Amino acid sequence: MKKINFYFQVHSPYVLRRYRFFEIGNDHYYYDDFASENTIRELVDKSYLPANAIIADLIKNTNGKFRCGFSISGPTLEQLEQYAPEVIDSFRALADTGCVEFLAEPYAHSLSAMFNDKEFELQVKKHSAKIVELFGKKPTAFRNAELIYSDEMAEKISKLGYNTILIEGAKHILGWKSPNYVYGHPYLPKVRLLTRNFTMSNHIPFQFSDTSWSEYPLTADKFTQWIADAPAEEELFNIWLGYEAFGIIQKDYTGIFEFLKALPEQAFKRGIGFTTPSEAAKTTPIDTLTSPYPLSWSGEEKDLSPWMGNQLQEEALNKLYSVAERVNLCKEKALKRDWLTIQCTDYMRYMSFKNAWGSTFDSPYDAFTNYMNILADFLLRVDAEYPTSIENEELNELLKTINDQEKTISEQEEIIKKLRKRKTNI
Amino acid sequence: MKALMFGWEFPPHILGGLGTASYGLTRGMAAQDDLEITFVIPKPYGDEDQSFAKIIGACAVPVVWKETSRERVQECIGHIMNPDEFFYYRDHIRYDFRRIWTNDLGCIEFSGRYPDNLVQEIGNYEAVASVLAHSLDFDVIHSHDWLTYPAGIFAKQISGKPLVIHVHATDFDRSRGNVNPTVYSIERRGMDIADHIICVSNLTRKTVIEKYGQDPSKVSTVHNAVDPIPNAESYKKTPRKEKLVTFLGRITMQKGPEYFVEAASRVLARTKNVRFVMAGNGDMMNAMIDLAASRGIADRFHFPGFLKGAQVHQMLADSDVYIMPSVSEPFGISPLEAMQVGTPSIISKQSGCAEILNNAIKTDYWDIDAMADAIYSIVEYPAIYQTLSEEGRKEVNAITWDKAGLKVREIYDRVKR
Repeated sequence: MKKINFYFQVHSPYVLRRYRFFEIGNDHYYYDDFASENTIRELVDKSYLPANAIIADLIKNTNGKFRCGFSISGPTLEQLEQYAPEVIDSFRALADTGCVEFLAEPYAHSLSAMFNDKEFELQVKKHSAKIVELFGKKPTAFRNAELIYSDEMAEKISKLGYNTILIEGAKHILGWKSPNYVYGHPYLPKVRLLTRNFTMSNHIPFQFSDTSWSEYPLTADKFTQWIADAPAEEELFNIWLGYEAFGIIQKDYTGIFEFLKALPEQAFKRGIGFTTPSEAAKTTPIDTLTSPYPLSWSGEEKDLSPWMGNQLQEEALNKLYSVAERVNLCKEKALKRDWLTIQCTDYMRYMSFKNAWGSTFDSPYDAFTNYMNILADFLLRVDAEYPTSIENEELNELLKTINDQEKTISEQEEIIKKLRKRKTNI
Repeated sequence: MKALMFGWEFPPHILGGLGTASYGLTRGMAAQDDLEITFVIPKPYGDEDQSFAKIIGACAVPVVWKETSRERVQECIGHIMNPDEFFYYRDHIRYDFRRIWTNDLGCIEFSGRYPDNLVQEIGNYEAVASVLAHSLDFDVIHSHDWLTYPAGIFAKQISGKPLVIHVHATDFDRSRGNVNPTVYSIERRGMDIADHIICVSNLTRKTVIEKYGQDPSKVSTVHNAVDPIPNAESYKKTPRKEKLVTFLGRITMQKGPEYFVEAASRVLARTKNVRFVMAGNGDMMNAMIDLAASRGIADRFHFPGFLKGAQVHQMLADSDVYIMPSVSEPFGISPLEAMQVGTPSIISKQSGCAEILNNAIKTDYWDIDAMADAIYSIVEYPAIYQTLSEEGRKEVNAITWDKAGLKVREIYDRVKR
C-alpha cells in the first residue's frame, strides 16, 4: 500500500536586534522582543493554529488514519511558550491522539553537527528532553537542522539512539534511484534513511498558487493522482515542508487550507494511506545510500553553501564554535541561553549572497556586522568567566580541583582524624 | 545613426565629474559600429583623444562672416581644426551674430570653465550650435548637463531633429533645495523641450519628475559606469599598523563631511587603531577642522588638502575604508574608483551609485551610528574587509560604459523619427 509520510518543520528564530559596536561589553541583550513576538504571532494566527485545527479534525474524522510528523526547534518552542502558549496546547492535543510524531533535532536549530560533536550531543539531548516535557513523547526519529547529513554524521546520530534519519532526496546521492523507498546506511546496518521527495514537497509551498506553473492549479485530486500513478513498488512518499507553507507562504485565500482538508479523502479514494517517519522506517531497506559530503535540503545544490558558503559566514562560525567547550564548562544560565539562541542557522543564512531571503537586515554585510558585534560581546562574557589566556586542558584541571574541593577536604580530614587517633592510641 | 553631442568638459582637461562621465559614455557608445558621434566642446586643447569621436571646438567655429586668409586660420586654430572645415562652417552662417564680440576669424572665445559670466558663455555656445546645426548632418542631438541645454534646443529648433538631454546633476543636488532661479529656468526649459531626458540615477530621475514637473514616460535612467584605471594592480597598499579611513571630495554641505567626523569620533571612542583622512577642500573645511578638534580627535583626524591624479588612486589604495556620506549625490563615481583598487566603500543611500552597487555598505547619510558601525566592522573583522574588497572589485569591473552606451542607443532609436 502506498503511503504519504508528512512532516512539517515548525521553526522561527529569535529576531536579533540592531546591536551597535559601542554596545559591546555594555549591553548583553541581543533580541528584538517586539519583532520576535510579531513574527511568532503572525505565524501562529495565520498558519499554526488554523493548520493544527485542520489536522486535529482530519485525525478525528479519519479515525486516526491521517498521520504526520512535526519537528519543532528549541527557540521556536521557547517563543511559543512565551508568546502563544495556546499553540503548545494544541500540539499537545495532537500528540495525545497518537497519530502525530515529534522528531528529534539539535535544540538550537544549529550547525553544531558540523563543528562540535559534544555540543551536538548536548543539543539533541536537550531537545528531546524538551519534547518529552511538553508533549510527553520521546522522539524516535531524527532530522538535523536543514536536513544536514553525511555518512559520518549518521554515526553520531546512531550513537545517540536514533536509527531513523530523515535526509534530503538529493539527486547527487540518489542518482537514478527513487526517493520513494527506505534506504540503509553503507556500514551501519541498524540505520534507516528516509529521503525527501523534494519535487512533490516543493509543489505545495512554492508552486501552489503560481499561475505560470504548467500544472496550475494544484488540487488534492491531482496531487494524490500523481502518487497513485507512480510505479506500484514505490510505496513511500516523503512530503516534508515548512509548516508556514500553510497560511504564510501560500495565503489563506489561495485555498491552501482547503487543499490540506481534501487530501486524506482523495488519498483514501486511491488506496493511499498516511504514516509517520518512525513507522515508515520499520521495513527492510531496498539499498544503501552513500553520502561522503554533507548535504542539506536547500536550493538546487543541496549543499551547505547557504550557511557556510562565504568568508563572512566562515569567520562568524569559526569564532562562534571556538568557544563551544568553554561555554559548556560555564554555569551561568543567561550565558548558556544566549549560546543556544545565537547558533541558529538563519543568522548565518542572512550573511549569504544568494540565500538571504527573510533576512531582517539590509544586506549580508549588515547582517555580518550586527552578528559579529553580538558575538564580540558574547565572547567577552565567556572570557570574563574563563579567560582565554588559560588553555582548555588547564582550565579543565583547575575546574576539577575546584569541583572536587569538598571531596578532597573531607578525605584529608579523614586521614587527619585517623592519624590523630593513632597518636592518642600511642 | 549620427549623433551631435554638446558637452562642456572633456578629458584630459576636466574640472569635475561631468567631463569623465561624458567621455566614458561617448567611448562606450563608440563600440557600436553604426554610430557616428560628433562631440562639441567650448574649448579643446588639441590633446584630446579623438580616436572614437570627432571633436569640434566651439571656439574655432565662426559665427560672424569675416574676411580672413587660409594661413591665418591655420595659424590660429590649426591645432584643433582643419582650415577647410572652418571655411565650410563659415559658408553656413545664417544668422547675424554681430552683437557678440568675436575675434578676427569671426569666432567667439570661450573659457571652457565655469567663469562669472557663465550665463553669457552659455548664450554664446547657442550661437555656435546654430552654425553647426546648419552645416552638419545628424539624426539626434544629445546635450550633457544644463550648460549645453540652450545649444541643444537651438539645434533642435533649426534642424527639427530630436533632442535628448543628459542630466548629470540638478541644481537641487548642488544647493540642497535653494535653487538659483536662472539655473532652474535653463534646466526647466531644456527638460520641457527635450524629446527624452536621461538621468544618471533613479534619484535624479525622481527629482526631474517631481521638481521639474516632467512626464515620467520621457525620463529614463542610465547609470554611469567607470573606466578601468590604467594599471590598477600597480597601486599597492603600503603596509602599516593602523587602519585608514578616507573621505575624498569637495568639503561642502552636499558631501556631508560633518557626519564623517561624528562617526569617526564614535569609532575612536572604542578603538584607537584607526586614522581618519578628509582629503579635498571646500567651504566647510575650516568648520570640519574645528569640529574634529572639539571632539578631541584631531590627533587621529587628518586634512591633507586637495589630491590630484595618481595621488588620488594611491590614497584610495592605501585606505582600508572609503566613505562617501553625501547628502545628495546624483551618481558619485569615487566609490567605484575606490573599489577598483580593492578598497571597501561605505556610501550613503542618498547617492545614485547606491542603486547599482551590492558589495558596498549603504547607510543613511544622517545615520552616524550605522556609519560608525560599518567602519568598526571593516577595520575589526578581516572577513568582511576581504569579501568587500574582492567582491567589490569584481562587481565594479563589470560595470562598463558600453552597456550604458547600449541603453542610450535604445533611447536614440526610440526618439528618432
